[in-house]
Amino acid sequence: MSAAEEVVTEAPAVEAVPKRAMTLGYGTSLVVLAALILTPLFVKNFIIFQMTMLLIYGLAVLALNILTGGSGQFSLGQSAFYAIGAYTTAILMEHFNVNYALTLPVAGVICFAAGFLFGQPALRLSGVYLALATFALATAMPQLLKLGFFEHWTGGVQGLVVTKPDAPFGLPLSQDMWLYYFTLAITIGIYIASVNLLRSRSGRAFMAIRDNEIAASAMGVDVSLYKTLAFGVSAGITGVAGGLGAIAVQFVAPDGYTITLAISLFLGMVVGGVGWLPGSIVGSAFIIFVPNIAEGISKGLSGAVFGVLLFLVIFLVPHGARQVALIAQQLAAKLKKN
Amino acid sequence: MKRMTAVRLRLTALSAVLALITATTGDALAQKKYDSGASDTEIRIGNIMPYSGPASGYAVIGKTQAAYFNKINAEGGINGRKIKFISYDDGYNPSKTVEQARKLVESDEVLLIFNSLGTVTNLAIRKYMNGKGVPQVFVASGASKWDQPKEFPWTMGWQPSYQSEARIYAKYILKEKPNAKVGVLYQNDDFGKDYLRGLRDGFGERAAMIVAEESYETSEPSMEGHIAKLKAAGADVFINIAMPKFAAQAMKNVAELNWKPLQIVSNVSASVGGAMKPAGFENVQGVLSAAYAKDGADPQWDNDPGMKRLFAFLDKYYPEADRRDDAVVYGYGAAQTMVKVLQMCGDDLTRANIMKQAASLKEFAPDTLLPGITINTSPTDFAPIKQLQMMRFKKDKWELFGGIMSGALGH
Repeated sequence: MSAAEEVVTEAPAVEAVPKRAMTLGYGTSLVVLAALILTPLFVKNFIIFQMTMLLIYGLAVLALNILTGGSGQFSLGQSAFYAIGAYTTAILMEHFNVNYALTLPVAGVICFAAGFLFGQPALRLSGVYLALATFALATAMPQLLKLGFFEHWTGGVQGLVVTKPDAPFGLPLSQDMWLYYFTLAITIGIYIASVNLLRSRSGRAFMAIRDNEIAASAMGVDVSLYKTLAFGVSAGITGVAGGLGAIAVQFVAPDGYTITLAISLFLGMVVGGVGWLPGSIVGSAFIIFVPNIAEGISKGLSGAVFGVLLFLVIFLVPHGARQVALIAQQLAAKLKKN
Repeated sequence: MKRMTAVRLRLTALSAVLALITATTGDALAQKKYDSGASDTEIRIGNIMPYSGPASGYAVIGKTQAAYFNKINAEGGINGRKIKFISYDDGYNPSKTVEQARKLVESDEVLLIFNSLGTVTNLAIRKYMNGKGVPQVFVASGASKWDQPKEFPWTMGWQPSYQSEARIYAKYILKEKPNAKVGVLYQNDDFGKDYLRGLRDGFGERAAMIVAEESYETSEPSMEGHIAKLKAAGADVFINIAMPKFAAQAMKNVAELNWKPLQIVSNVSASVGGAMKPAGFENVQGVLSAAYAKDGADPQWDNDPGMKRLFAFLDKYYPEADRRDDAVVYGYGAAQTMVKVLQMCGDDLTRANIMKQAASLKEFAPDTLLPGITINTSPTDFAPIKQLQMMRFKKDKWELFGGIMSGALGH
């Protein structure tokens, strides 16, 4: 318990993460990876679709985790970047007949640019004020997408229908299964890249800023550059997630990207453990499955049930999945000793 | 086009397989035919409603329908089969609708999805439903998109579309005020534009009668500027296509500007409590609108046999419902239509037969439609309700007048 308690007693939501604690051990990683690769072979298409969504939201949560857990900046505006990514993919696929796989880097780059630009003015703000500014972005986005000016491209309120890709090279996979493995490959790639980023010079700069901005600049870290960079990277990954989401759901419409999505992602990050990248997938599972469980318990009170469940999680394991993992690790160590 | 061919090919393949199965299993099974979701004892019906989120007021529709299917089951079901009504929440979020629809079709294996609510949400799943060949029947939305039997043979609407309602207003104006100058206020979205298109179609070659069109955004605080412009354009007929709050503001502004046009307000905002009362009864005398269903709040239906049946059902199966709520009347009527189609299907509960029977409704009158209005469909007509009746606001309620009018083109 002692290590977990130490973590708990540190009051701020964002605390220093030792480099190693950012990821899972090799053994655990391989088990998780094997589970992710093998499970789809044995389940229905609908479950595969849900697992795809799990990975996609996992990516979006991971992106927020880099921003908040890495550089210590808050964002309630991730839904806006998710929407930009989704629309970029949808518009490129449906209006320009671009291959779906090629639309994702474009979505990533556009969102990186959007995030980087938004990061500029956001530099002047910090803490709750930054959260509010990004909140404004999230509330504005659905209305911007409805504007008559863009309607030719965005389809306005009605949104756009996206064609789901078939498996290439005549592989004997269903559309859902192919999309799942495609998403899994991208997720693993981005996950590895993110871990390396946070372990690199830039990652150390992010964390230095998170821990103490003044000390960081005294050490020669270009605070404004790295802060905007963190915003850009986070937005870029969210954009890729949005693009994948558009392909998986086969539909984009402004009402799908409201502030509720941004708050869900934020929730996922907290439940998964701020700053602990593997927790992103746990957080994503929480925001996808717990509302369904709550609905199963009571339709009329689904919101209240969800609230109670969330409260229990925050109350019992305030550091989310990371804390659970730590406790499990210690238990395993004890068992080994005996 | 390529996509359509693919769907058609798949359908042909499917029917070929079905034919083969029937041929090999012989006569013993020829009587009863099932797709997944139907059996000797059960029919599973899926539904998606915004039980949470901004549109949760409409969730009453789903609750009414669950209660109505309970009643049908208590009375012995449909041809001995009980209905299992599985209704999920999508919070009016199209991405969630897709997830729930897939859950219904692939995990709960429902026979069909019935009366799911919303235009965007239904658009989000239309392609999926048609690709899978699962009926998406009696969609709860007033958009005109659900009547495309050729392109989307598995999707069918229910209520009159905004376009057909607008055509009825155009018809009325052409007949009563052929030299009118029409000014239109419309909400700048799907809903508003559908109406506008219906009006233009209805006026046909005389579309120039529309002298001014003003659109507004739901974020605007006041309608006054728009109304002043319409007045300045010299319009003597004002068509008010707005959500209740804005419609009420607009009608108030008309009175304040001392403008005296012939006013028509869309059925969406014809609610006495939601728009007419807030606008002030003294300001809305003589305003016109149209309706297709009876109003639970209107005492003139208290002794109507159909409404009596509705109220008796509510007392027994859904006592907490507010009988003045339009959504109750709506949900009940749609559920009755569904039950009618299932009865017509008999022992052939295949998805193809559901669509075939849904497209063969003739002169069917649910308890809650205005007297004389009936549901008619055909393989080329996927718009069940096309008729409305004009009504005029007098004192504190609507009075129906004139005959039943059809929103079809060219009559």
